[in-house]
Formats: sequence, structure tokens, C-alpha cells
Amino acid sequence: MVGIVGYGAYVPRCRIRVEEIAKIWGADAESFKRGLLLREKSVPAPDQDLITMSVEAARYALKRAAGLDPKELGAIYIGAESHPYAVKPSGTVVAEAIGATPDIHCADYEFACKAGSEAMFVTLGLVQADYVKYALAIGGDTSQGAPGDALEYSTAAGAAAYIMGRDRVLAEIEHTHSYTTDTPDFWRRDLQHYPQHGGRFTGEPAYFKHVTACARALFEKSGTKPGDFKYAVFHQPNGKFPQRVSRMLGFTQKQIDQGWLAPTLGNTYSGSSPMGLSAILDVARPGDRIFMVSYGSGAGSDGFIWKVTERIVEVQNLAPQTRQQLEHKPRYLDYGTYAKFRRKIRKAEKV
Amino acid sequence: MITARYWREMPQRYRYEAGKCVKCGYVAFPPRLICPVCQAREFQTVTLANTGKIETFTVIRVAPSGFEDEVPYAMAVIKLDDGVQVTAQVVDVDLDEIKIGDRVRVEFRRISQDGEAGVIFYGYKFVPA
Repeated sequence: MVGIVGYGAYVPRCRIRVEEIAKIWGADAESFKRGLLLREKSVPAPDQDLITMSVEAARYALKRAAGLDPKELGAIYIGAESHPYAVKPSGTVVAEAIGATPDIHCADYEFACKAGSEAMFVTLGLVQADYVKYALAIGGDTSQGAPGDALEYSTAAGAAAYIMGRDRVLAEIEHTHSYTTDTPDFWRRDLQHYPQHGGRFTGEPAYFKHVTACARALFEKSGTKPGDFKYAVFHQPNGKFPQRVSRMLGFTQKQIDQGWLAPTLGNTYSGSSPMGLSAILDVARPGDRIFMVSYGSGAGSDGFIWKVTERIVEVQNLAPQTRQQLEHKPRYLDYGTYAKFRRKIRKAEKV
Repeated sequence: MITARYWREMPQRYRYEAGKCVKCGYVAFPPRLICPVCQAREFQTVTLANTGKIETFTVIRVAPSGFEDEVPYAMAVIKLDDGVQVTAQVVDVDLDEIKIGDRVRVEFRRISQDGEAGVIFYGYKFVPA
């Protein structure tokens, strides 16, 4: 049996409300709250980035993989679009911090919002092929939206880590599928600070087409239907898209509620559906089936069907749970502090 | 901080590794070559506890170079649950509420960077437990 041996998610403490952003740009907060189902989003502190969040998520995953020696990890892959270095891997820092070096394969992935599920996909394959005994996949981001752009209301920070292996499995992988086309709905050119996007083009031909096509292929491969799953989780660029796509596919609100974090977390990009999955695993019971489809602009979707095992109940309380972190004493920022934290203020060059 | 020094100090900055004197049990953090208690030279690597309490603290309002944008921030002496004392920043805390005796736990954070184009230095800070 191949699957998840340990998992963990990390949510920064800082938040900013939709009203606070809308106030600065003269926008109607209610239309964003109603239209995109967003209330607030997480913000990284100035001393937090993809690497720091990945280390914390990986440490939580190791706690839930009770007794796993980090030296047994044969691979570490981190998927993000906000790697702190343009050249120098994030994975080496994380591997060193958790004590997994030096006998480990390491690579950073990038595929807009699905780089995290890519890492999960590849680590599952390596374990399945017996190339490595255990492998660590991390998805996370400190995503940036241009000031005043619609993206600024959703771009958030967080990370989730998954250790894949053959024994001590807490959720078995039953089926996977990937669906990819060349669809330029969202991009960031080299050396550009903020991404650009195709506005409404990011909807039907991009997010909805890829998520539904991947999901339908997964139904066909596995011979399943929405009613066979206790939970479902999709990429969450905002609150509305995953809700709408779940209805298109025949899932109910009850099936997506637990992993539907976007209304108060925002879009953590490569961390999005992996963090939603972590919130589901926090409450799942043995035998539950979980349907997961990510989405990354550019564009593609990775689909997974997980079946939760008996071991889940032993590990859920071994590390902080995702919704606990989301709800525990958030620190709300005003826009000025947020702009400083996100380095949106241009300062004088030091001489 | 120069890159080579940062690289040498990774075991203590990243994984909180200390040296425990094999002869008298003194725990040196950061590790030392000679035990200041019994002068022995043999140490065993141990990992420090990741939780503790604030023994004392101060709020920095005039920061050293490289930390100017972080003011005001708290620096504290923290007594870890294994008895070792470390000095570190306490973050994610309201400075009006921080007090001696508060329980804290370690988190991995950015400490500083060698300018906008240089190496980023990571290490430990503490947050409310």
C-alpha cells in the first residue's frame, strides 16, 4: 500500500480583511465578499517565506509520521511560485533544517498553483517504483497580487507537507490523473514582481475546463461517482470557484466544507488544495474516501483519490491542525502594515 | 554575516544542535571545543528542547544595522524545558502583552539577509506556545 505516512500544514498568524484592501482602492468590499466569497486572507510576516513555512509544515508531517527518521527520506520536492531564490533550491534549506541531508534527492518545482500537487504526484510515483522508501512533498507559497488588482484580495500564504511511503500509511492513494494543455490564463515573466492574468479568461477555458476534465477522467478510471466520497477538495483561487466546480461535478456543499479554506485563508497558490486536504485529514475517519483535484495556470490539474486508513486516528492530534491554526488568535493588519510586510513600499537605496 | 560562517553554524541555527560534555554533562549552545566547567574536550551532539519560557526580555526600538525595519521587536532570554538558556527574538506577539514567564516555542524564521541580492540567513525565533 502506497500513500501518505505523515502530513502537516502551516498557516501564518497575520491576516488582512477584504474591507481593509477595498478601502484603499475605492472598491466595493461587499462585491468581493459576495462575488468571490472571500472575507480575509493570511499574510506572511516579514521574517516568513516559502522556506520557513515549509520547514514548519515538514516538522509537523514528521511528527505525524511518528518515529520516522528524517534520514530515511529519499527525496524532497517543494512546489511553489514564490521560491525565495531565483537560483538556489528551497529544498536544500528545508532538508538541512529537518535533518534529512545529505543522502536525499532534491528539486524545486514550479507550475503556478499546482506545483505542490506535482510534488505529491512525483513522490507517490517514486515510492510506488521502489526508487525511494519515503519521500517528502511540499506545496506552499507567499503569493503576490499587484496593488489594486483583483488578485490582491486573494493572494495568501501557507504551506502543506506530505510524506509518502509504503508502511504506516494513513491515507492510501487509489488513483491519480493529470490533465495538461497550453492555456495562457495567468503568468509572470522573468524579473517581473507581479503576475498578470487574463481576467475572466481564467475561468471557463482555464480553471473550470481543466478541473472538470481531470475530475471526470478520474471518475472514469476509478469507476466512482461523487456520492462515493465523504470529502472533496479543489484548488481554491477564491471561495467561489471551488464551490461552483464542485456543483458542476455533482458534489454537495457538505462534501467540500471541511477542506474549503479560501473564504478565511485566501489563495495559498501551490499550498491551496494540499492545505485543504490537510484540513480534511484532521477530521477524517477510517474508510473515508477523499477526492482531490488541483489546478495550476498555464495550465493543468492533478487528481487524486485517497482512502483513509485506521492509522488516521492515531496521528490527527500529533501536530497542530489546519483549521485550529486558521482560527487561533489571528493578528489583523491595516493596509499600511500589510504593504510594509509585503515589500510594496519603495524605499530609498542605501548608500 | 559572511556566508561561510552562516554555513558552519547551520546545525545550531537550523536544528538547535548543542554539545553535551561527555564528562560532566554541561550543555554548550552554541557548541564549544572545551567544556567551560571541567575542561573536557569530548562532546555528544544533542538537540535542544523546542519549548521554554521567557526569563527576561527587552523591546528593541533602535535596531542595529539590518534590523531597522523590524522595530519595535522583542529580544528575550528563554529558558528551555531542558534547562538551557538561549537569547532570541520573540515574534508573533503583541508587545503590550509579552511578559516574563510566558510559554514560547521555537519556529524557523528569516533572521537577516546580505542585502537584496545576497544570501538569506535563516534560524530560530520564538513564538507564543
